[in-house]
Amino acid sequence: MPVAPSYRSLRDFDWPMLILACVICVFGVLQIFSATHDTKWAGAWWKQIVWVVAALFLMWIVTLIDYHTLLGQVPALYIGSIVTLMATFAIGTRVFGSRRWIGVGSAHLQVSEFVKLMVVLLVARYLSELKSERLELADLLRLGGLVGLPMLLVMIQPDLGTALTYLPILITGVFLAGLKWQYAATIVLIVAIVLPAGYFFALKDYQKARLISFLDPAQDPKGSGYQVIQSKIAVGSGALWGWGVSKGSQTQGRFLPVPHTDFIFSAFAEEHGFVGVVLVLGLYFLLLMQILQNAQTAPDRAGMFICMGVATVLLFHVLVNIGMVVGRMPVTGIPLPLMSAGGSNILSIFLMLGLVNNVRLRRFVN
Amino acid sequence: MNLQAEREEQEISSARLLRDDPKFAAGKIAFFQYAMVAIFLFLIAGFWDLQIRNPQVYQERAQQNSIKAVPVLAPRGKILDRDGRVIVDNHSSFSLLLSRDTLKMEHLKPIAEGINSDYDALVSRVRRFLRRGTPEYEPIIIKEELTPAELAFVESHKDAETFPELEIIRAQRRLYPKDGMAAHAIGYVGEVSEAELNQPEFVKFHQGDVIGKDGIERQYNDILMGVDGQRRVEVDSFGHERQVLEDKEATPGKDLQLTIDLDIQAVAELVMEGRKGAVIALDPRNGEVLAMVSRPAFDPNLFAGRIRSKDWKLLQENPDRPLFNRALQGQYAPGSTFKPIESMAGLETGTIDENYHLFCPGGATFYGHYFKCDLAGGHGHIDLHRAIVMSCDVFFYTLGNRLGIDTLAKYGEMAGLGHKTGIDLPHEAEGVMPSTRWKNRLYRQKWYAGETISVAIGQGYTTVTPIQIVTALSGLAVGGIWHTPHLVRDANVPPARQADWNLDNIQKVVSGMWGVVNEGGTGARAQIPGLDVFGKTGTAQVASNDAARLNKSLKDNAWFVGMAPRQAPEIAVVAFFESGEYSRYAAPLVRDVLKAYFDKKVRLGQFQYANSAPPALLRAPGPESAAKPGGN
Repeated sequence: MPVAPSYRSLRDFDWPMLILACVICVFGVLQIFSATHDTKWAGAWWKQIVWVVAALFLMWIVTLIDYHTLLGQVPALYIGSIVTLMATFAIGTRVFGSRRWIGVGSAHLQVSEFVKLMVVLLVARYLSELKSERLELADLLRLGGLVGLPMLLVMIQPDLGTALTYLPILITGVFLAGLKWQYAATIVLIVAIVLPAGYFFALKDYQKARLISFLDPAQDPKGSGYQVIQSKIAVGSGALWGWGVSKGSQTQGRFLPVPHTDFIFSAFAEEHGFVGVVLVLGLYFLLLMQILQNAQTAPDRAGMFICMGVATVLLFHVLVNIGMVVGRMPVTGIPLPLMSAGGSNILSIFLMLGLVNNVRLRRFVN
Repeated sequence: MNLQAEREEQEISSARLLRDDPKFAAGKIAFFQYAMVAIFLFLIAGFWDLQIRNPQVYQERAQQNSIKAVPVLAPRGKILDRDGRVIVDNHSSFSLLLSRDTLKMEHLKPIAEGINSDYDALVSRVRRFLRRGTPEYEPIIIKEELTPAELAFVESHKDAETFPELEIIRAQRRLYPKDGMAAHAIGYVGEVSEAELNQPEFVKFHQGDVIGKDGIERQYNDILMGVDGQRRVEVDSFGHERQVLEDKEATPGKDLQLTIDLDIQAVAELVMEGRKGAVIALDPRNGEVLAMVSRPAFDPNLFAGRIRSKDWKLLQENPDRPLFNRALQGQYAPGSTFKPIESMAGLETGTIDENYHLFCPGGATFYGHYFKCDLAGGHGHIDLHRAIVMSCDVFFYTLGNRLGIDTLAKYGEMAGLGHKTGIDLPHEAEGVMPSTRWKNRLYRQKWYAGETISVAIGQGYTTVTPIQIVTALSGLAVGGIWHTPHLVRDANVPPARQADWNLDNIQKVVSGMWGVVNEGGTGARAQIPGLDVFGKTGTAQVASNDAARLNKSLKDNAWFVGMAPRQAPEIAVVAFFESGEYSRYAAPLVRDVLKAYFDKKVRLGQFQYANSAPPALLRAPGPESAAKPGGN
């Protein structure tokens, strides 16, 4: 495949998508500053800017390499991912009782965030190379197994939240590839049986607690239930216009847990109110629409699967994180894309946007 | 060829289209879009619910989260003696509060353990506050005088996630004199009780307020008690202050100056050491109380905060009744101390004069009953003066019999018997000055003339409180003017009562009382060389039913009321013991207190004993009084 000349790449770059992402990042940085300026994380906003700049650079690099080349490297990426995930057990940094991070210089990267990227490519390649029009059961099982292995490794870190983000990529892909409804029904049935069993045998106590506190936050006001209650108080007290930057008592008084990472949107909602919420949710919506647009104009199936995979990851993160902030989703500890402080989150999201851009740049070239 | 190539290309492209046509999933992408819209609406609905439909609920809860209202306790005013020396002071301590709005009952157990408190007591206390329906912002004080270990526990557990209801405030705790000095006069403070809160006069207090419960503390509570302030602060989730929203300072209570003279009080305390009874010293010219002792005493410091039920039980169940203020609550037969008043009645009514005399054979028969005299052998021929000096019962039986009960009652009541003196302390008892009306009203029975004979020597139905008898006799001695006794300097004292008694008659009675001390009478031990002390002894039988109740052998109560100087009495002292084995000591006790008073005046250069060498004290004054020369 020919590589696009650079002038074209610049002109055809998905500027709306990039600008939307950057505007969301700016909101994120401002909110990180507001929530942490008088805490021990006071420097987080500055670090976040550094991460965003680094991420934009990486995004540009990913854009330059044709996504077909990347798809060709999926087996290598897959093996690399599995090895790295296993390595985190040996050399990973233990934070809050789970090994998810690997030190790179002074930064700690959450490996599972980057594995997500590999899963997107894996699903795209596998489903675009199908022989038949419809997805056969054997294909489904094989792909399920391929995605299931890294998922399992992440799950036993233990990090159920991130592990669960791989699943929607698979589901969307399978849905788009065309699954027979009989298979779909069977899978739903199996899940319905396995899920309760899994609750009793596979979930750790803290995961059970989170699930229980999601169903009834008042029962466990100290643990994750406390977080949800504080988050709802923060959001609710923001009302229509919010308290203003650095004026939210829940955020500033540190009643809100981790107001710069997992609960950043609840801090944002407290200080900017419903108006700010609708504005930022609107930005996310436009960003997703832009990615869908790229999916529809993708030059081939693989490109379409990549864009849809990325859209799914983003949508799932937004749903679970913001749903948690308003108490409509359980506390899973998955960050809000582009806003939550943290390098892994920023890097992996921009890398994924880079993939989408990559697909876009090659829509006329075939 | 061209066609062929074209067809081939078409075949290839159609094959590619099958696999690579991105449009094949367009419908499904559209479906994805709808799902996306649904998800965003779901999220927006969540925010709508919290931020638009009922933001007040959450704003209120955010406020509860971050705003703590902490009372600033007003210190009570100090209590000073007449020279301005501090009797009751405050000291700083830390109290532990429970905020009501963040309170969780299940936290009480670990909290109780952390501060070494009884869990059940804590729960019942918190329940009491909740039942009362006091406003949410009023916190509950659950422990006073926190130790450093308890302080450390609270400081490390008062963050938002552990026990956000905990808060520490600085409190001023009452510091009373040691060993129960002046305990009954001063009283004590305590937390307003449930029962009190149900009474109308306590309506101004709130659950948890510390108020005066007895004595001066209670009587002058409105002056001593300040007005609590309030601090409203914004705190973070660790309970640290972020900003002060309101800082209403407390208005401290006002200091109160008593008429008590610590020097006299100290001597009075000392002479009563180990005894059961009361000593009061007052200035008959104005009613100012210089000393007031009731024994056995209690330690008011036990009450300074909330008394522990164990201590309270001990005090309540002590058969010696240490909480009972014998000086004004104890009602006892006055015995012979009634005789000066009876003498006045005899002289004023003209029933007798100073020349009247009779023969005392050691007893006499009235209405078929034989009444013994104090002196078994009898006093022989005796007139009023000698009768007072020797306390001859036969003389006063006869006089009382001639006067009749209602005349005795009339003069007794003029001197203040049978009525409260009106002293500015709570719980004063009335005593009894019997009369035909009194008996009819109380028992619906007629008065028997024989009963008058007992009343004539201060027995029978007659009872007085120590404050009553010292007021009565000293008021008589200063010319029939009875000032209301009081302990506070600028107290709103009701005007003195006055009796239009003949001053010559008064002089005759006072002369008799002078003889009691200085003519070998019953109070000779009260003599102070160089000073005209006068007074009257009394020995009173304890009513037999009282003795049965107390399960003790019958022992007489002993009285002595002494005053000085005779020409212009400026101090009157009563000493009273509940059981008579000490009766012979009553007069010397009064003597020591009088002496302390005049010695102090000598030190201040305001007085000179008649002869230049005052004798050494029989009992040395306590170290307190020796160490503290007069205040000014």
